[in-house]
This record gives sequence, C-alpha cells and structure tokens, in this order.
Amino acid sequence: MQFDQFLGKTAAAAATGQGQPLVQVTGLRVNARKDDGSPVEIVKDVSFNVARGEVLALIGESGSGKTTIALSLLGYARAGCHIAGGEIRIGQRQIDRMDEKALLAMRGHHVAYIAQSAAAAFNPARTLMDQVIESALQHRVMDRATATRKAVELFRALALPNPDQIGQRYPHQVSGGQLQRVMAAMALITDPELVILDEPTTALDVTTQIEVLRAFKNVVKELGTTAVYVSHDLAVVAQMADRIIVLRDGAVREIGQTGQVLHAPTDSYTQSLVAAASPAERMAQVREALPADTPAPAEAKAPLLRISGLIAGYGAPDRLGLPGVRILDDINLTIERGRTVGIIGESGSGKTTLARAVAGMIAPARGSIQLDGENLSPTLEGRSREQFRRVQIVFQNADTALNPAHSIGRILNRPLAFYHGLKGEAMRRRTAELLDLVRLPSSVIDRLPAELSGGQKQRVNLARALAAKPDLILCDEVTSALDTVVAAAILELLAELRRELQVSYMFISHDISTVRAICDDIVVLYAGRMVANRPREAMMAPPYHPYSHLLLSSVPAMQQGWLEQVGGAGQRALPPIGPVDASPDICAFLPRCALRVDGVCNVVPPRRRNMEHGGEILCHRSDSELQQAQAPLLPVEGVTI
Amino acid sequence: MKALNDSASGQAASPKVPATGRRRRHSTMAWIGMGIVGFWLLMAIIGPSIAPYDATAIVDTDVFSGMSRKFLLGSDYLGRDMVSRILFGTRATIGLALAATLMASITGTALALFAALSGGWRDALISRALDALISIPSKMFALMMVATFGSSMTLLVVTAAITYMPGAYRIARSLAVNVQAMEYVQAARARGEGVWYIMTVEMLPNMIRPVLADFGLRFVYVVLLLSGLSFLSLGVQPPDADWGSLVRENISGLGEGALAVIMPALAIASLTIGVNLLIDNLRGKRAAKE
Repeated sequence: MQFDQFLGKTAAAAATGQGQPLVQVTGLRVNARKDDGSPVEIVKDVSFNVARGEVLALIGESGSGKTTIALSLLGYARAGCHIAGGEIRIGQRQIDRMDEKALLAMRGHHVAYIAQSAAAAFNPARTLMDQVIESALQHRVMDRATATRKAVELFRALALPNPDQIGQRYPHQVSGGQLQRVMAAMALITDPELVILDEPTTALDVTTQIEVLRAFKNVVKELGTTAVYVSHDLAVVAQMADRIIVLRDGAVREIGQTGQVLHAPTDSYTQSLVAAASPAERMAQVREALPADTPAPAEAKAPLLRISGLIAGYGAPDRLGLPGVRILDDINLTIERGRTVGIIGESGSGKTTLARAVAGMIAPARGSIQLDGENLSPTLEGRSREQFRRVQIVFQNADTALNPAHSIGRILNRPLAFYHGLKGEAMRRRTAELLDLVRLPSSVIDRLPAELSGGQKQRVNLARALAAKPDLILCDEVTSALDTVVAAAILELLAELRRELQVSYMFISHDISTVRAICDDIVVLYAGRMVANRPREAMMAPPYHPYSHLLLSSVPAMQQGWLEQVGGAGQRALPPIGPVDASPDICAFLPRCALRVDGVCNVVPPRRRNMEHGGEILCHRSDSELQQAQAPLLPVEGVTI
Repeated sequence: MKALNDSASGQAASPKVPATGRRRRHSTMAWIGMGIVGFWLLMAIIGPSIAPYDATAIVDTDVFSGMSRKFLLGSDYLGRDMVSRILFGTRATIGLALAATLMASITGTALALFAALSGGWRDALISRALDALISIPSKMFALMMVATFGSSMTLLVVTAAITYMPGAYRIARSLAVNVQAMEYVQAARARGEGVWYIMTVEMLPNMIRPVLADFGLRFVYVVLLLSGLSFLSLGVQPPDADWGSLVRENISGLGEGALAVIMPALAIASLTIGVNLLIDNLRGKRAAKE
C-alpha cells in the first residue's frame, strides 16, 4: 500500500477512464522482405485489446509472429520488416502515425520492453543502478536521487537480495535470474502504461524461473501494470496472464480467458498445443510406444555401459593429478541394453560433459568407461571404429550439428560408407530406409540443411546416428531447441526406435517432464555430482533428494494459481549453519538446501547410500526425515510427479 | 532467425545497392574489378602473341619518347616499345605472384586446419613458430634470401610464399577455430573420422569464401613485394622484366615524366585496385548467401 502511494499510482489509475481499453490493435499487418525482394506477410490482420491492469499473453511457436506483434506495440519492426497496415493505439497515442522522434520519447517511458536475454541487454561496463535509472533520467521524469530511491523500492518489490546495495554491482556480479529482475526494475522505473515481456524466463533454469515469475507476478499485481507477455510456454503463461491469444503463422487462432484456453480450447491448433504441453498426455503417448518394461536379461552379462568413478574437468592438474576445476566428480552409472537413462540438472551441472566423456571427446582424469565390459579408451585416438560405431552422439542444436555445406543425402551416406562400407544401390536403399524411419520424405536427400525446418533437421540428426546401427545413443538436449509440438513428435520417435531397434539412450535434458516421459532410470546431477540415481517409478513419490524435490516442485503446472500454492525456492528461510568445511566433497547443494543440518552437512561430506524404494542418494538425511519434510507435491492434473 | 536473415542481407546490400532498386548479384564496383582482373589475366595469356614488337628489340631511335601511333605507350630508356615490354612483363608479374600466393595460401590454410583441429601443443608450436616468422620484416627477409641464394624465379616464388604464409595461416586459423567448434565437426570426431577427412570435407567448405578473399588480398601483397624487389634490382633479372623492374630500369625518365616509368606503375596500381574491388564482391556474395 505504502509502495503504491510512493509511486503515486492509486489515485491516477482510478481517475483515468476504465471504460476504454488501454491498448487497441486493429487489423495489424507486418510485412517482411524475402531474399529475392518479394514481400511476405508475417503478421496477418491481427486485432486485439488490452484493458488497463490486464496481462495479455501472446503464445505460439517460433515463427508465429508473437514477438513481431509485441515489438509493433513499440512502433518498431525488425530490420527488413515494416508495419504495413492497421491501427495501434495505446492510451491517447496512435503508434502507427507517430514519427521517429515521438516514438523515441515514448519508448522506455510510456511503453517499456523486457527482453529474453538480460545478459545481452545490459552494458557490462556500467553499474546496474546507472542502467536502471537511465531511462528515467533520459525522459526527465525525475531527478537522480528520486530515481535511485525508486529503483531501490523496485528492487525490494522484486525480492532482490540487498536491495540497497545491489545497484552498485555490475551485471556479471549477479546471477541470471537476478539480472532478469533488475531488467524488470529498469522497465518499471518510469511507471510505463504498458510493459512488454518477451520470453523473460525462457533462458533461465527452472528453479530460477519460479523465483523470477513470482517476483514479476507480485510486482504486476502490486502496481496494477498492464502487460503483454510473450511466451511459447503455456504453463508459464497460465501463471501470469489474464487472457491468452494463440497465434500461428502470424494469424490469431484463438482469444480467450486463460482458464478457458487451457481447459476448454475451441481451436484445433490450441488443442494440439495444450495436449503436447501436458506431461501426462505426452507420457501416455510415449509410454504406449515403449516396450512393456523390458525385463533385465537374467544371465549376468555386463551392462551395455558402465561408468565408474568418473572425474573430468579442466585446468592445471593438482598434486593428485586431478583437474583444477572439476566438472564431473565421482560419477557411477550403468545403462542396460534397451533401457533409457535420463540425466537432469541445471545448466553448468556437467550433463553435456558427461556425454562428451562417454563419446571420447573429453578425456576423463579418473575412472573408467566400459562398453559391454570392455574398457573404452579415454581419448578418441585409442578407440576402434567398431567402438565408435556402437556409441553415437546426437547434439542439441541441429542447426550446427549438420554441416551446412553438405546435402542431407551426403550427411547420411557418410556413416553408411564409413562404418558399413556400403555403396551404390545398397547405400541408396539404406538411406531411403533411414529417412523412412525418421519419417522424412525422400525428397530431402538433395536439399541442404538450411532448407529444412528445425524439427526436420533434428530428424536428420537422429537418422545420422541411426545409420551407424549403434547400441547406445547419447541424446544431448535433443528436444530443447524445438517447439512443443515438434518436440513431442521427436520423443515419440525416440521411443518407437527404441522398441524397433533395441537401442539404449542416455537422455540428457534440463526438462524434467521430458525425462520422466521416456526414461527408465533418472540421474540427477548437481554441480557435477550425482545427487540421486533412481528408477522412474521411485521418482513418482517422496522421499527425494532435497535438490530433486526443489527441481520437481519448480516445474510450472498448466494450472492457474499454481504459482501461489507451490513452495519452490526462496519461500522459506534456510536453516542457519556454521562455517563450512573447506573440503571439496562437502555437499554442493548446501547453500540452497532447506533441509541442511548444522554440524553435519557443513562438516562431513555426505555418503552415497541406497534408498528403501530403490535408487541411490547423496544426502545425510534419512528416508523418513526426507519423506516427512517433503509433503507430496500438489496433486495437479497432468503433473503427478 | 528471420531477423538475422533480414539484417544480414540488409547489411550486405546497403553499401552498394540502393535499397529501392532490385537487388543485383554483383555491385557495379565489383564488375569493374572483375573487368580489370579479367583483362590482365587475358593479357598474361595472350599478351606476348599480340605484342606489336619483340620485348627485347630496340625499335625506336629515340628514348623515353611519348605516345605515338607507332609506339602507343612510347619507348623506354633503350628505345624499346613499352606496350610490348608491359605485355611481356604481365606474364612474369602475374605468374610469379599467382604461384607464390597459391603456395602461401594452400600451406597456410592446411597448417591452420591442422593446428585448429589438433589443438594443444601442436597448435601452440605451429602458431608460435609462424609468429616468429611474421616478426621478420618481409622486405628484409626477401633481401636476405636473395643475398644468400642469388636471384632466380623459383627463389622469388619461394621467398614470397614464405613471407606471406604466416599471414594466411593466421586468418585461416581464426576461421578454423570457429568452424572446429561447430557441432558437425564434433560429430565427425565422435564418429571416428580421420584428421584429413575432417579438414578437407567437413571444415574447408565452410571457410573457403573468406580464405578466397584473403587469397585475393595476399595476391596483391605478393605483386607489390615482387615489384618492390624488382625495383631494387633483386627481382626478375634483365633482359626479362616484370612491371617492378620496368619501373626500376626507366627510373631515370621520372624527372621528365616519361610514360615508360608511369605506365608500368599504373599497371601495378590497376591490378592491385582491380583485385581489391573483386575481393569486396566476394565478401558481399558470401554475406548475401548467408
């Protein structure tokens, strides 16, 4: 309340007429120029209103025009695009008729923009405070002292730590989630009539995302801000928006209240979007394609892949010959034939390093990797062609994983010739088979990767790995760069291939619902250590490792009001602890752990132990203690974790 | 992605092609460059057969004569026909420079690919060794070589190649390091491919355009170096002559503004400018394509 008065908002908001919507967009069309100069319509006749104090979400896949529409509210079109028609009115301003000077005066003052990547939006050479109050000073809204005071208030409202001092820091001195919130403060400092949020949490880890979302939500509610929220993630939008516009190919497919769009979508495209985004659906679909629980072979054969005591990293080796900076520490896991092991963890937890170590691209400092009981050489040089063939890696980004200078046919032919010595008719037949397997038309053979869509490229990427007839495929975030619907199709394909070809996967992802949908065992990495390793069934109910619990409870559910109910990070004060022992083996999650015990966790390194319901965990707490502290997660339909 | 495309092609088009006009494949300046280079290449091939006189024959009674119907570009200090001298010199100038540049660029690029791909101590060794080479001033190095081994066509080519190889290496290595980090190269390594395959099939096609542009630039440097050496009478030896030595032997005519010294200098300048204009075009094409 005090905060509102400070901002002088309450009276002003009431005085302006509530009858008319703040934003009125009618018949908006945006054109772009193609390479040959011909125009192409990327936004087609879009009309919508945003009432004062309302949060409207624009949702759609990449290329649906959602960002273009949001930018047009600033009177801006990206290079090569221009606003071709329609009316945009914000308050009294007719955006489409304003000249460049008037637009400049409006941007950052009356209409503010929060970009996806805060790290790229800040100047690394200036303090945060300088940049936050810059627009207020530039538009002469207030003097420096007032602006600074107001910025601190905003920092506090956005739940930033040390609101009084954080402004003195530089962008690299705060975390990604904090930077995103500082950016929100920057946008809100001039009391804009409209705030545009362009995928503000997409680049964040899920545990950070929840903190940022909560801060945004509180501030929007407190200030009564009108906002346009651009996102591809329905679950995130469900927390933030009052109304949703579903876009596809630059046209509106559906406009409705959030609840209606989520639970009773009328448009067929929205329905498919909702279905693809709901984990329960996705899981059921994929599960159907999976073999009915392959029983582990009775004879005690060596597992397909066994990793024991793996340590990898970089930097000058220390006295013991261990790398100065350890990316992976003491990794032990096995993958049986025909099974899928999921690796989850946030960015920087060492997921990708693990895949690369198995592929031989990063030589581990310690430990062994065995394929079928046979030691794999730590480096590429020491491996045989047969070993290369049996382990294939599929990279995250199909855009860079396929050589842009080679045709699809050439890309697929190479492993066939390299591993199997195929040529001529046999090679052509096999290539056609592979394309068929990943459901691509044979016409793509002569095309270059740049001429394919993202989903198609990922299929080629997969087909290239399959061409080797591998026993193990390392999937590194294969669905992360894809739209929900496309990602769901790729997951289904993976499950189907597994049934048909009996391949095993090491499936690396930061997305828990994806991992849970297709994996038999789940390994949770935190700061390079395996904090938990459990069969999927055991992942359904507590007890969890405290980090797993945080991770699981941070995944947004596609339900309104979830954000208010859920625990997540930063909700409870952490128990105080004494000085932390300097040993590198002390639990890495200690600084964030809600269940830490003073005198134990900060002094004694945790031991790996077996849990009652199967699996391993790296924690001092006993199963029953964990179970007690971890109330079963909110029973949300579709997200039974 | 869309925005990237748009801005990239927008930038490529903006300096030379007006935004309103239809986008042409090549800009006017590039066509001029192509014309000049094409002309000189043609002259290098057919020059001696269309030359009006023998290059070594003294045909004019006067020396340093001006333009006339008989001697289009006048005559030199011995009364030899300048048109014929320049036409004969074209082959030496362009041939030597081409051979030297090819050597420099191919070795440099190959070393760069290898260094970027293997990394570690191999990369460090090659890079530092070539850095050491780059620290010797090019003219000094050339003088040293000629003083030690005496001047010959082969030696000139080798000298120019050694001088400009480190530069080509530096450019190619910085490109190769970027390409090497791409996932398709990583994928090829994880597939167990050999170094040669990765270098030539996976990496080279994705860096060939900047390397070609660098090749053009390097060609110009080599022409200038060889001309410089000839000017110091350390290059091509009489009675053969490249353009540099034509300037050198006629330098006494400079005071009276003789065509014999200006024309070969102009020839060097026009080739240099032409190649540079062409290079700009190569860059533009690459940007437009991406």
